[in-house]
Amino acid sequence: MELIATSHNGKPGIATDRLSEEACARNFCEMHTPLEKNAARVEAERCYFCFDAPCTEACPTGIDIPGFIRMIANGNPIGAAGLILDENILGGTCARACPVETLCEGACVRNHGDDRAVNIGLLQRYSVDQAFSQKTEFFSRTASSGKSVGVVGAGPAGLACAHRLATLGHNVVIYEARPKSGGLNEYGLAAYKMLNDFAQREVDLVLSIGGIDVKHGMALGKDITLEELRKRHDAVFLGVGLGGGASLGISGEDAPGVMDAVAFIDNLRQSERYSGVPVGRQVVVIGGGMTAIDAAVQSRLLGAEEVTLVYRRGPEAMKASILEQEFAKIRGITIRYWAQPSAVVVENGQVTGVEFETTNEAAKGETFTLPADMVLKAIGQSPHTGSMGADASFALDGGRFIVNADRMTSCEGVWAGGDCIAGGDDLTVSAVQDGKVAAKAIHLTLSNP
Amino acid sequence: MTDLKTNFIGIESPNPFWLASAPPTDKAYNVNRAFEAGWGGVVWKTLGEAGPPIVNVSGPRYEALHGRDRSVIGFNNIELITDRPLEINLAEIKQIKRDWPDRALVVSLMVPCQEEAWKAILPLVEDTGADGLELNFGCPHGMSERGMGAAVGQVPEYVEMVTAWCKQYSRLPVIVKLTPNVTSIRQPARAAKSGGADAVSLINTINSVMSVDLDSLSIKPSIDNMGTHGGYCGPAVKPIALHMVSDLARDPDCAGLPISAIGGISNWRDAAEFMLLGAGNVQVCTAAMTHGFKIVDDMIDGLGRFLQDKGFASVEDAVGRAVPTLTDWQHLNLNYTVKAQIDQDLCIQCGKCHIVCEDTSHQAIRATRNGKRHYEVMEDECVGCNLCVTVCPVENCLTLRSLSNEVDVRTGAYVDPDKKLHWTAHPNNPMAGV
Repeated sequence: MELIATSHNGKPGIATDRLSEEACARNFCEMHTPLEKNAARVEAERCYFCFDAPCTEACPTGIDIPGFIRMIANGNPIGAAGLILDENILGGTCARACPVETLCEGACVRNHGDDRAVNIGLLQRYSVDQAFSQKTEFFSRTASSGKSVGVVGAGPAGLACAHRLATLGHNVVIYEARPKSGGLNEYGLAAYKMLNDFAQREVDLVLSIGGIDVKHGMALGKDITLEELRKRHDAVFLGVGLGGGASLGISGEDAPGVMDAVAFIDNLRQSERYSGVPVGRQVVVIGGGMTAIDAAVQSRLLGAEEVTLVYRRGPEAMKASILEQEFAKIRGITIRYWAQPSAVVVENGQVTGVEFETTNEAAKGETFTLPADMVLKAIGQSPHTGSMGADASFALDGGRFIVNADRMTSCEGVWAGGDCIAGGDDLTVSAVQDGKVAAKAIHLTLSNP
Repeated sequence: MTDLKTNFIGIESPNPFWLASAPPTDKAYNVNRAFEAGWGGVVWKTLGEAGPPIVNVSGPRYEALHGRDRSVIGFNNIELITDRPLEINLAEIKQIKRDWPDRALVVSLMVPCQEEAWKAILPLVEDTGADGLELNFGCPHGMSERGMGAAVGQVPEYVEMVTAWCKQYSRLPVIVKLTPNVTSIRQPARAAKSGGADAVSLINTINSVMSVDLDSLSIKPSIDNMGTHGGYCGPAVKPIALHMVSDLARDPDCAGLPISAIGGISNWRDAAEFMLLGAGNVQVCTAAMTHGFKIVDDMIDGLGRFLQDKGFASVEDAVGRAVPTLTDWQHLNLNYTVKAQIDQDLCIQCGKCHIVCEDTSHQAIRATRNGKRHYEVMEDECVGCNLCVTVCPVENCLTLRSLSNEVDVRTGAYVDPDKKLHWTAHPNNPMAGV
């Protein structure tokens, strides 16, 4: 069988049904095969159980990795899941989506010498999946504090914050603009990382603690104001993420066929059928992060014949790791380094290509044009704090909230975390940590008025 | 390569690797395959008296202790002696010896502790043309409940008595197989010698209960939800066997008594160790039962090269060469001082050395330098215990350095390699000089 099924129907422009639904479903199989019981035990036994383990130090949520791996090795995967979820309630998503090669696995001491890291990501997934399938309940709420916290955004930061607060006895109301909870776990991560509606199953786990009321269709600055929130609640946490994609600032950018990679993935994730997602025959993706890789690969899996990812610098500078770049190349993506777009070529109102300028010293200023009927911009998202009526009273850095170590903003009683804070790094795991840290700080504040 | 031909108590074999009396040697089919694979000899699975054959359980008779990757570290069985009719075994032994005249074929025996019983079976075995006898005084399960096996081996007087009968009623060389389930292995070995044994073989299996099934809450292996203790063997028992073999090798009362070593021997390295501690040959079972007979290729090649590299012209040359290095604690040089040292280039910074020293030993390895991960031995605390070396996952990263003509910064004592001090003469020993 081919690594991926490839379309040969040659429909020009942006079209649906480049591949049959069956072929698409095959293409969107698991990115990494999950471990079975024995394989998990064998892999777990590769762990040296380091002292002050570097993997734990490298994990933004500080999961006791040798601790949970020892439990798996000793046949207690449920206990392992408890240890993981204690630090990271979204450990299931992180096991699927974390760039482990740059975090825990990158720090594994087994990388030294002629060896390979312990497969921490897959071990974490194994144990959390076991707990999910057994519907194990790990958390309970302490007695009600009578306090209420408003959380804006049901993404990773908001969910983590809400869950921790709920366990500590506080009542939480989450205000979410979109119809579903999960944030980028639901709308932004690649489909092949989050099969079988995992994001929603995880949201269900988070909310099963009780004491969390999620109100959908509530956009800050539109459906509710910060002022109202502060009046209504004893504390507020903002996990609002980022807004629309950044602009390239080149001619032709507004032509049909040019779209944000985030919107493309969003559309794909919410589509009932893979084959119903329109995709170009020749796709050009501009950017160098995980979103760029995810958009490029998924275009290909939907049946795009040629997908080229263009990045303005070299492979090492790319935010997507070398491993992710290889992952894309294996799936037939061409990666062009050292080039930036200078114009989108439009003919008869339709995109036909993108003109690039080379950026490396040796050939600076040379141009070339890639034919394209679809252009996906993955050059990052812009803050949307302004539209929330939040800019006047907050200290911001490039439109993002400046927070202290407790994730408190400059505005008393308002905490923030995830991608919307200065220093946010576009990772689910970091957002979870922000939410967790903020919740602890909020709890302390509410407990000692 | 050094020729591995051996002559053990007059029994010649092309190499010193025999299969121990056990399931692999229960019938002609297996033994033929073993000899085809290159084994130097076999000790046929223990024969019992004529009459209705032994009955084995039809439930599981083996259980294993697994290590990483499910490798078998320890192994236990509750199988009894051969459950095939005596005459069939004897006929097959006769045929095998005829077909493989250059291989050693020893027959293991276990009959009731009565002179008549031994007197009856010995001529039958002799008639097969077998090279020797091995008296099974070792099996700790099943047969011992009937007054045989370990029940004999645990009473030196019985060992001597039965050995003497065998020497009296047979001209074949007699090897007495000893049970390790005794307080001192020297007593039954001396008894065997007194009875006229030509050699001893050891160790037989160790009393063991392998595990409890945490679902059924019953012991394993489970026979209709019940279990019994079995005989333990495999790589995990090797250190126990090495101790017992070497203990006999250095016992003045057992001087000159040849030893056939058994106990967790899995490869040529294990075999070499047993030989250096006094074994004239080795017997193998568990390794064959977990990998098949082909393992003997590596054993033969490895041992041949090892002996050659060390300049030994024959197996016999190497036998017992390490025995003089074994002594009592009181004769160890208490002035000998070592310190652990870490090769920073090899260190992968797992920190295991630090945490085991910190939690369970002498707090002699620091974990940081200038706030960074860095593992370093503090010689003023290090007692040279070797714990860190044993837990370090990187070979040769942590080693011991012996002090010579320098001050031990922990004790302040000057270490002179020429000045030895044994407990027998130590100032703290109230008995010194008495």
